Amino acid sequence: MTRFFSEDHEWIEVEGDLGTVGITDYAQGQLGDITFVELPAEGSTVGKGDSVSVVDSVKAASDVYTPVSGTVAEVNGALADAPELVNTQAETGGWLFRVTLSDAAELGALMDDAAYKSYVESL
Amino acid sequence: MSDINAGGWRPSMGEAGDAKFTTSSGDYGLMLEEALSFELGSPDKCGVDLDPADRAPVAGLGKFLRKAAPGLPGLTEPETVRHYTRLSRQNYAIDLGPFPLGSCTMKHNPRLNEKMARLPGFADVHPMQPQKTIEGALEVIEQLADWLITLTGMASVAMSPKAGAHGELCGLLCIRAALDARGEKRDVVLVPESAHGTNPATAAFAGFKVESIPATPEGRVDVAALKAKLGPNVAGVMITNPNTCGLFEPDMKEIGDAVHAAGGYVYCDGANFNAIVGKVRPGDLGVDAMHINLHKTFSTPHGGGGPGAGPVVLSEALAPFAPLPFVTRGADGSIHLVEEENASEGHAQAFGRMVAFHGQMGMFTRALTYILSHGADGLRQVAEDAVLNANYVLRSCEDLLPAPFADSGPCMHEALFSDAGLAEGFTTLDIAKGLIDEGFHPMTVYFPLVVKGAMLVEPTETESKAGLDRFIGSLRSLAQRAKAGDQSLHSAPHFAPRRRLDETLAARKPVLVWKGEPGVPGTPSLSEIGGS
Repeated sequence: MTRFFSEDHEWIEVEGDLGTVGITDYAQGQLGDITFVELPAEGSTVGKGDSVSVVDSVKAASDVYTPVSGTVAEVNGALADAPELVNTQAETGGWLFRVTLSDAAELGALMDDAAYKSYVESL
Repeated sequence: MSDINAGGWRPSMGEAGDAKFTTSSGDYGLMLEEALSFELGSPDKCGVDLDPADRAPVAGLGKFLRKAAPGLPGLTEPETVRHYTRLSRQNYAIDLGPFPLGSCTMKHNPRLNEKMARLPGFADVHPMQPQKTIEGALEVIEQLADWLITLTGMASVAMSPKAGAHGELCGLLCIRAALDARGEKRDVVLVPESAHGTNPATAAFAGFKVESIPATPEGRVDVAALKAKLGPNVAGVMITNPNTCGLFEPDMKEIGDAVHAAGGYVYCDGANFNAIVGKVRPGDLGVDAMHINLHKTFSTPHGGGGPGAGPVVLSEALAPFAPLPFVTRGADGSIHLVEEENASEGHAQAFGRMVAFHGQMGMFTRALTYILSHGADGLRQVAEDAVLNANYVLRSCEDLLPAPFADSGPCMHEALFSDAGLAEGFTTLDIAKGLIDEGFHPMTVYFPLVVKGAMLVEPTETESKAGLDRFIGSLRSLAQRAKAGDQSLHSAPHFAPRRRLDETLAARKPVLVWKGEPGVPGTPSLSEIGGS
């Protein structure tokens, strides 16, 4: 299992050709209390960089961009009743959706844990 | 205190005055608590005498006949009037004080506007009256349209859209119709970060894909980034000018030329037109479509007076596609409406219709009254005073509250501050809530998103220097308290009808339906609502 990060503060954890996507702990901290999460439709085809999900907080509604292309395999249904999971468990139980990757080479453009840490520190 | 609206009224007078005791009514002099209408009402009361049920005309209702009582709050007329009047006293309005909500242009609504709108010939017209009987009303629409065309330097104006975002949709549907007429399929609309939040929403609703254009460090559109995105798939660009950083976009003409050269159209969000009315004609900058919020620049009421009005001015290129109906003059000089059946009179390519009738007569009358009572020179002074006032606020507070674009030159209609530099744990929200205690409506907060903890203050030309000085004094005092770590600011407001609300719980678990026994006091407590 390997975890990658995007400059838009999404994380993706890849196992085989299945990637689990969420927003980073840094991102949830910036957004404040999350009140609603709009998720993509299961089975929909998404392209790297597409806005596929929206996270509403008390401050703003923010687009979430998929860091990879593929097909949405599953969404986190628990967020419908408990959007606060994105605040409390941003990088574990607060995941947003899973994508069946169509091009694993896209992962090469993302950051690893250390690179993301220094990216956040530079902001 | 009594147990009406138990979830509600200030639990104690807090720091308000010297009150060391509570009253049995829950009211404090002229500060009146008010229960929910359901708690006040009872099923055996009614404001009017209805026919007994056995005489009611129910024949023919069939399965639509109601099987249970509708659960309305039973109130007498005086109870109803008092209910809403008491609630209105807990409200804040432009008639009570400054309303510095950035990008909303909350300005004074002149009473002359109201007098004109109430003239029976305007107030009592019906949209289905024969046209011969409403020629005066049509002439008001025509005159207002002429003014809007003149002030913006555009070719035409669609008067029927009901508000800003509706106008945006009208503009984008015109762009889509123009592309269809050219036989082109362009599906991308470019929207800068400094645009209003409704812009990307409108583009998406109109079926376009939205691509964001970054802002420069000076808070303006990154022209190079915009040009790099132009291509055969770009339908157009939506730019807010002046933008939500309160800055004029000086490269508008260059952007417009580049977009046109690439085959696209330029939509300008005219919500901030107040800062440039009489000074800049968007038509000269290459704009193809722009909505004008009559409730902002032209002083019609925000809400409360029925639907708003957001006429859309259009360039030569988009004018043929404007929605019906249109007020026009025949060869004999007579005024009439162009509708579907006579669309051949210059509007054969209209993309359709956005609303049932010709627009919002009450708003048209108010806006034209405002324009005529100011005249061309008066409107120019509106823009000058609005900009002067915003710059006065900006320069009076920038030593305490960082102004991220203060070095970009004078601001336009609004002053933008950030909450950087407050004591640890203090944010924009504390300043905004503190303003309520100071007796002001808070400014726009956390928008635009490009600035951390944004505070967007738009004083408009309404405020006098003395009024601005009072507001500036409050804002400076709050900034100093937040920098000093004054903990009492965290629990502001202390003196409002309600203390600080739990916005997160309100958004996650909104209670939208009253459940209880009519006439029985007491609302469900937050723990009963459930906050798992």
